[in-house]
Amino acid sequence: MPSPVTLITGTRKGIGRSLAERYVGLGHAVIGCSRSEPEWTLDGYTHQIADVADEKAARKIVSSIRKAHGRLDNLINNAGIAMMNHSLLTPASAVRDVLETNVLGTFVFCREAAKLMKKNSFGRIVNFSTVAVPMRLEGEAAYVASKAAVVSLTQVLAREFAEYGITVNAVGPTPVQTDLIGAVPAEKIDALLARQAIGRLGTLDDVANAVDFFIRPESGFITGQVLYLGGVG
Amino acid sequence: MSDQRNEAQEIVGLNELIIECVNDVREQNDIAPGADISPDARLFGREGMFESLALVNLITSLEEAIEDKFDVAISLADERAMSQNRSPYRTIAALAEYAAELIAEQR
Repeated sequence: MPSPVTLITGTRKGIGRSLAERYVGLGHAVIGCSRSEPEWTLDGYTHQIADVADEKAARKIVSSIRKAHGRLDNLINNAGIAMMNHSLLTPASAVRDVLETNVLGTFVFCREAAKLMKKNSFGRIVNFSTVAVPMRLEGEAAYVASKAAVVSLTQVLAREFAEYGITVNAVGPTPVQTDLIGAVPAEKIDALLARQAIGRLGTLDDVANAVDFFIRPESGFITGQVLYLGGVG
Repeated sequence: MSDQRNEAQEIVGLNELIIECVNDVREQNDIAPGADISPDARLFGREGMFESLALVNLITSLEEAIEDKFDVAISLADERAMSQNRSPYRTIAALAEYAAELIAEQR
C-alpha cells in the first residue's frame, strides 16, 4: 500500500502546521500551503505559496499533486481567518475577507481535490468549522456565519461526492491556544470555556484525534458529519 | 494572420481532444455509441448525449486531458453550465471555443 497523499491548507503555523508534522510523522506525503513562506521545513513535506480563495492557485496545487503522485487521499481544509468585532463596527471589506478565505477557500479546494480523488474512487475531506457556530457566539457574526456556511457545504458536498467514494466531514474545535485567539482578552475566553461541557482550551492533539477519525480508511460510511469538541453542540 | 491560424489549429485540436473524452465517458457510463460525433453534436440539454453526472465526468476528464496536452491548469467550471442556450458545454464546438479562451487567458 503506497503512503497516503495528504493536502493541508494553512500550514504555516498553528493547527495546520501541527497536522502537517503529524501526518508526515505517520508516513504521509504531505503538501501544504499558506499565503507566505513558513519558517520550518520537513522531509516528506512540500510547501506551496497560495491564497486559498484563489481558485487558479487551488487548481495549480492539485495539478502539481497529480503530476507528482497521481492521486490524492486526504484534504484537510484548515486555512481560516477569524474576526472578533461587534457587527455594528465591522466593515464590509472585513466580512468579505472572512467569507473569501473560510467559505470560498474551502469550496474551491473541495472542488479541485474531489476531481483528483474521484479518479481513485477514494477520498477523505475534512473541513474546519467551530464551536462558535452552535454557541451563536456574539461578537463574531461574520466568522460564525462563514463557519456555518462551511457546515452546510460539508453536508451538501458529502451527498454530491458520495458516489465517488469521497467522504466530507467537519471538525468544530473549541478555542485552541494558537495565534487565532491570541488577541482575545482572557476573560472572554474564560466565559466561552464556561459554556462548554468540558471547560478547558482544546489542544492540538484533541483536533488531530478528530481528523484522524474522519480520514481513517474504516470511516468510509461516515460523511456529512460535524464533530464539535468539548461537548458543545 | 499566423495568430489566427494558430488559434484555428488549436480549436481543431481541442475538438479532437473533446471527442476522445466524449468517447471515453460514453464507454465508462455505458452510453451507447451513436454515429460519428461532429463538433456540432449536442452534449447536454435537449437531445444531448449526457445527463448532468456524465457531463461532470466529461468536464473533469477534459480538464485533465487539456492539462496533459497544453500544460496549463484550467478549471472549466462556469456559472452558465446548466443553461440550455448559453452553456459552454452545449456542443463540442462551444466547449472547444470556451476551453481555448481559458487556455489563452492562462498563457
